[in-house]
Amino acid sequence: MRAIKLAALIFFVAACSKGDGNNSGAASSTASSVGGGADLTGAGATFPYPIYSKWFSDYATATGVKINYQSIGSGGGVRQISEETVDFGASDGPMSDDELAKAKGGPILHIPTVLGADVITYNVPGVTAVLKLTPSVIADIFMGRIKKWNDTRIGSLNSGVTLPNQDILVVHRSDGSGTTYIFTDYLDKVSPAWHTSVGKGKEVKWPVGLGGKGNEGVSGQVKQTPGAVGYVELAYAKQNNLPAALVRNKSGQYIAASVPAVTAAAAGVAQSLPANTDYRLSIVDAPGAQSYPISSFTWLLVYQHQKDAVKGKKLIDFLNWAMTEGEKTAPTLDYAPLPAEMVTSVKAKIATIDLAGAK
Amino acid sequence: MTSLPAEWLEKEKDRRILRVEGSAVSDRIYEVLTAACALVVPALVIAIALAIFVAAWPAFSKLGLSIVTTSDWDVRAGHFGAAPAVYGTLVSSAVALIIATPLALGVAVFLSEFSPTWLRQPIGFLVDLLAAIPSVVYGLWGIFVLIPLLREHVMPFLRDTLHLGATPFFRGAAYGPSMLAAGVILAIMALPYISSVSREVLLAVPRSQREAALALGATRWEMIRDAVIPFAKSGIIGGIMLGLGRALGETMAVTLVIGNRLEISPSLFAPGYTMASLIANEFSEATSDLHLSALMAVGAILFLITLIVNAIARWLVWSVSRSQAR
Repeated sequence: MRAIKLAALIFFVAACSKGDGNNSGAASSTASSVGGGADLTGAGATFPYPIYSKWFSDYATATGVKINYQSIGSGGGVRQISEETVDFGASDGPMSDDELAKAKGGPILHIPTVLGADVITYNVPGVTAVLKLTPSVIADIFMGRIKKWNDTRIGSLNSGVTLPNQDILVVHRSDGSGTTYIFTDYLDKVSPAWHTSVGKGKEVKWPVGLGGKGNEGVSGQVKQTPGAVGYVELAYAKQNNLPAALVRNKSGQYIAASVPAVTAAAAGVAQSLPANTDYRLSIVDAPGAQSYPISSFTWLLVYQHQKDAVKGKKLIDFLNWAMTEGEKTAPTLDYAPLPAEMVTSVKAKIATIDLAGAK
Repeated sequence: MTSLPAEWLEKEKDRRILRVEGSAVSDRIYEVLTAACALVVPALVIAIALAIFVAAWPAFSKLGLSIVTTSDWDVRAGHFGAAPAVYGTLVSSAVALIIATPLALGVAVFLSEFSPTWLRQPIGFLVDLLAAIPSVVYGLWGIFVLIPLLREHVMPFLRDTLHLGATPFFRGAAYGPSMLAAGVILAIMALPYISSVSREVLLAVPRSQREAALALGATRWEMIRDAVIPFAKSGIIGGIMLGLGRALGETMAVTLVIGNRLEISPSLFAPGYTMASLIANEFSEATSDLHLSALMAVGAILFLITLIVNAIARWLVWSVSRSQAR
């Protein structure tokens, strides 16, 4: 008995010390890269983290410039760039005028990088066909006004599909997230009732349903629960082959979420942009026959007047690289690139960043 | 104690004197070092408490007690009423203790009183191992195993077969993610703490106590009930409170299974929320100052509740051991 206990103890001690070793190793390596190894540091949104980390690694290979990015969430990104503790921030939702006014380093530019989208995923027993939904039906489902899958309002959009007499269970994100921002931004725009009673934000007061943590929490609960419906981001849904509803867009077309359909939504909005736009744009319910309506930009946040000439130059170079080389690799990770005409105008915006603040 | 040879005693005395004289400096260093350790930890607790309360102050001064007394949590509107989260924390922990305590005591009593010696170590080891499983693993197991089990079998059984649906506690649709699921997960997580402490204190009950009870003609069950458990009571209560502390603060596993809905419902089938989950869910994306401060305030309340629970535990242990001493 003693031998077993001893062996277990040794095992535990070894496991613990190994864990500690790893942790301290990781901690010291990040600390050193923040301190001196990295040329630029950034923090913020988790949603574009996969594509950003690919960009930073590609960029380091191409130019030798190292960028350290911490995906701590959009809220943290906004706070840190406002406090000037990072060289750039990243956010899934645009900063409000209030937040911009509080930034310590002067005017902040929103540089759109890629686009993301939310898909509506569901688990309706016995239904194999892809469901079609309209904006008002989506809003009423998520407000709890449509309670059953065999509601005539869903049935009339999906003729030929036998819908069960099953309760609808809404599953939403419980953690604050850009995914929720996109989805509520959409509902806010298409449904006056949603606008007055709920509104939009990274976390809102949901009228009905359960909260799941993260995309995996929502999709896990939808998969597990018959009758459930929820929203997850496009990249996650594609990589996990989740069923996704077709959503009717502004032109009356039922569109499946896809990388080209999301880029099309941005293109639909980009056509009518004023020349001096700050890119704090919502592209939900965008015009255009092929536009997927629940789409959004994600942004890098940078100060217009850079205080450090060396870092400022590196940042401008990186942003220009991202607009040309970076955009090409976005679809490989299921992120939608900016439409070509927008890349030109964003580059013009990047050109307005100056080193005037440099001492 | 048997008598020792006088010569040996003499030598031992010398040795002790020598040691004290020879190591006065190292003793001093040792004393300072241990005193430093003993002071750093309480200082850390006070520093953490201060930091939390300072960060929470803007919310307390602006919202007052409405953080604990109201139920409307609407970030956009600037309403921060966390009553459902306070309720959820207390209820899920209570459910956990109701399930875990009898089970853990059963394990402890079996291991200390009935189990053959060769079985004692392996079972004890495996139960203790429950404490080593990371909470996110419990949470994922909860989503993929426990919740379907509860939804398909346990909940319909409780509600329909046992007709508990007539009471307000087991009413409504069984979606799965619920206060009950959180309670069950927490029970499993708190169980090793309770059983491990209880087992140790039961084993520490003197043999003479048991023999005396048996000599008076008690059956085994009576011996355990009347002689062993009362003797170990304060330790067992300490173990239960340790388990409760674990349940109150648990975050990840609960967040994954409780359904994260800010609503107070008497039914255990309904989804709920806990304070720890609320902080974990919203902290990283909280941008407004009041929102951040409100989350800190929730943290401060959780801190206070844990403090109160610990104080009650101390008092219970103290009063039990005092009544025994009399």
